[in-house]
Amino acid sequence: MANSQKLNHDHELFDCSRLLRDLSDFIDGQLSPEICASFEEHLAQCENCRVVFDTTNRTILLYQNSAKEETLPEDARERLFKKLSLEDLLKK
Amino acid sequence: MNVQQDLDIEALKNGDRAEFAKLVDAYSGHIYRLALKITGNEQDAEDVLQQTFINTFKHIQNFEGRSSLSTWIYRVASNEALMVLRRDKKEVSIDQDFEDDNDEIAKPIELADWSRLPESEFQTAEASKMLDQAIANLPIKLRSVFVLRDLEGLSIRETAQALELTETAVKTRLLRARLNLREQLAHYFGEKSREDTK
Repeated sequence: MANSQKLNHDHELFDCSRLLRDLSDFIDGQLSPEICASFEEHLAQCENCRVVFDTTNRTILLYQNSAKEETLPEDARERLFKKLSLEDLLKK
Repeated sequence: MNVQQDLDIEALKNGDRAEFAKLVDAYSGHIYRLALKITGNEQDAEDVLQQTFINTFKHIQNFEGRSSLSTWIYRVASNEALMVLRRDKKEVSIDQDFEDDNDEIAKPIELADWSRLPESEFQTAEASKMLDQAIANLPIKLRSVFVLRDLEGLSIRETAQALELTETAVKTRLLRARLNLREQLAHYFGEKSREDTK
């Protein structure tokens, strides 16, 4: 299981822990340019953190793409308008 | 999502049915999706959808504009979804279903790089089922934050307002949710990437 070893690089524990803590803020573009630069520098040097970053990004993207396909079924929309006594205003 | 500028709040408060129909059309798709992702069940999602607009209609007079109308409606919908989960006893206790916000973030374990798998691997029925199962496995506190922030696109502040949480709690739960889902997906897609490299 060469790819399944635990995240464990004691020589730079602070950097890996810091990266994990700031991961969401980095993905959301909420970090200062200085911290972003340090973050990117760490990613370039640390394979495990790069994998965590890439797969977390991919995870979010997969869910966002999947959510786009979820639409309100037309029959459920009709029942909603009926329930709210708005059937006369239902646009087909 | 922000369609508030296209809606006449005063008309809504005055009981204007045409304006209310406009509001329902603007938000119903978003609320159905939110409810479906939180409850994991189409019938429950429809119940949440209907009750959200019944309550919105009933309580629109109380809307004071301290948050946006969309955030206010998302708050109504989130509360309804939690009530449905409690009603169906799908979540034993939403207050005790996961570690405290102050606990240390769990370190990632599965480190296979599946992010560059071919797109076709992500578009199978099995992969879609896996995504649904993983989000259903998320503790409700994490799931509701993930759905509002990452699927519905609310800001951290709007998510905090909708769920009546601090922004710090939203950020902590969002990180936990993203890492939890990543870990679950990594077990499945990581195996696929290992098969690909054999």
